[in-house]
Amino acid sequence: MRRLLIAHLLLVAAGFREQSRYRLAALGGLVANATFGLLKVAILFATVEAAGGELAGYDAATMSAYIWISQGMLGSVNLMGRVDIAERIRTGDVTVDFLRPLDVHTAMIAHELGRSLFSLLPRGVPSVLIGALLVGMATPDSPAAYALGAVSLLLAMVLSAATVYLVAAAGFWIVETRGVQLLYMVVAGFLAGLFVPLWLFPGWLQGIALATPFPAMLMFPTDILSGRTTGLDAVELVGAQLLWLTAVIAVGQLMTRRGRRHLEVQGG
Amino acid sequence: MAETLAGSHGWRTDLAAYRAVLGSRMKAQRSYRVSFAVDLASSLLVGVVELAEVWVLFRAVDRIGGLDLAQILLVFGLADLCFSLADLSFGHCDRMPSYVRTGTLDVLYLRPQPLLLQLITSDISLRRLARAVVGLTALVAGLVLTDVPWSAGAVLLLGVALVSGYVIFASSFVSAAGLQFFVINGAEMTNAYVYGGRYAASQPASVWGRPLKVVFGFFFPMAFTAYLPVVTLLGLPGSEWLPPWLGWCAPVAAVWSVLFAGLCWRAGVRHYQGGGG
Repeated sequence: MRRLLIAHLLLVAAGFREQSRYRLAALGGLVANATFGLLKVAILFATVEAAGGELAGYDAATMSAYIWISQGMLGSVNLMGRVDIAERIRTGDVTVDFLRPLDVHTAMIAHELGRSLFSLLPRGVPSVLIGALLVGMATPDSPAAYALGAVSLLLAMVLSAATVYLVAAAGFWIVETRGVQLLYMVVAGFLAGLFVPLWLFPGWLQGIALATPFPAMLMFPTDILSGRTTGLDAVELVGAQLLWLTAVIAVGQLMTRRGRRHLEVQGG
Repeated sequence: MAETLAGSHGWRTDLAAYRAVLGSRMKAQRSYRVSFAVDLASSLLVGVVELAEVWVLFRAVDRIGGLDLAQILLVFGLADLCFSLADLSFGHCDRMPSYVRTGTLDVLYLRPQPLLLQLITSDISLRRLARAVVGLTALVAGLVLTDVPWSAGAVLLLGVALVSGYVIFASSFVSAAGLQFFVINGAEMTNAYVYGGRYAASQPASVWGRPLKVVFGFFFPMAFTAYLPVVTLLGLPGSEWLPPWLGWCAPVAAVWSVLFAGLCWRAGVRHYQGGGG
């Protein structure tokens, strides 16, 4: 058990180091994040103003916090659906991974978590700083909110890796997962509340979004870290994240076991 | 060899060759029926989701930046139709970094045809037509729902806006491809204005502060693709730095975009020293 834990922690560290090599890509990501962030500030501030200074619980300061925290998380949560292991499953290279004394599923999540953690440095922190310095934003009052926010952020990163794994694992059956990945990419950002906060959606659309794991990847941690959701409500959001994570990991385990038996390696 | 080819057969033969290449690309895409259907459906969904983003916001309040839902529908439709048509024909310029990495680009350099023309005709994504349908629908709905004062001038303005918008977006794909020669792996840097530009184009530019107006109003002239022509068309008041008559200047913005794209592309091609190997 202990050895298993250490092995996974080493994978997290490896992912962290790997991501640290892509400096220019990180800078490019930050430039894109900041550009979109400034455009979102313009349109969403105008919307709050048009609503008379307050809209669905957001004023200018909390809206700014929502924008810059969610932009900053973009490098760390996977809303694109693309992941390296999908290609290994398609080509059959994953058979080599199955020979290793580690669970293919959890090892992938650990590796992705490491990459996500590193991305917080060149993309997450500067994005929030740009928002705080250039625009100004709301912050939570109590230290407990920061701690809970950090837990929520960590859960969001693990959940996004675990969910993207499901997209890749579909490849055990359908070989070419590009269509599934495309579908994931199209709906994930919107339902996660990337362009418009979930709480501005009409009721029925909110219902649809909350029936998917996407809000738990972006909206929930953003709500807690911006101080919009506090106290027991915030604990409830983290609880919802835990439930989603348990469900998604259970499905992932099942798919890995069944998929391993179903896997066809073509050519050879 | 380029001269001999062009000299003996003329540009008609060249054009026929490109037509044959594009024709085969289109046929190839349609022959994998299931895959093509999935592509079309997801492409349609992209358009619908983007429209939903705008709708959700304008549903929450009456007006944003002086535009109501029907008017923003017109802006969105115009911007998205132009973008998806530009994406259809120039969108695969995005793949430039992988062409460089895999050495495909070196092959294109060897052929006796202009590099950019080869890159553009190397593929055409029919699935993006589905997205253009969403843009067209929004545009028509917007035209019906707003009280457009129809006249010959209005039709001319719309036509000029459509062509200029297409040229502006297409140019942004080309300039991005040119800059890719300098920032391999930094594709997101140019995505900031290619896709950020698409996002900006479907917004009321009146909500922007001065720095954004400089960047997306004039340097990357996204305001000229939809917002300004709509303001001119409907006789709306416009905003600071963006007076209503500017809608007629979309062709000037398009010419500037082409010049900038040409500059980036030439600089990139001259800078390139081969992919090695």
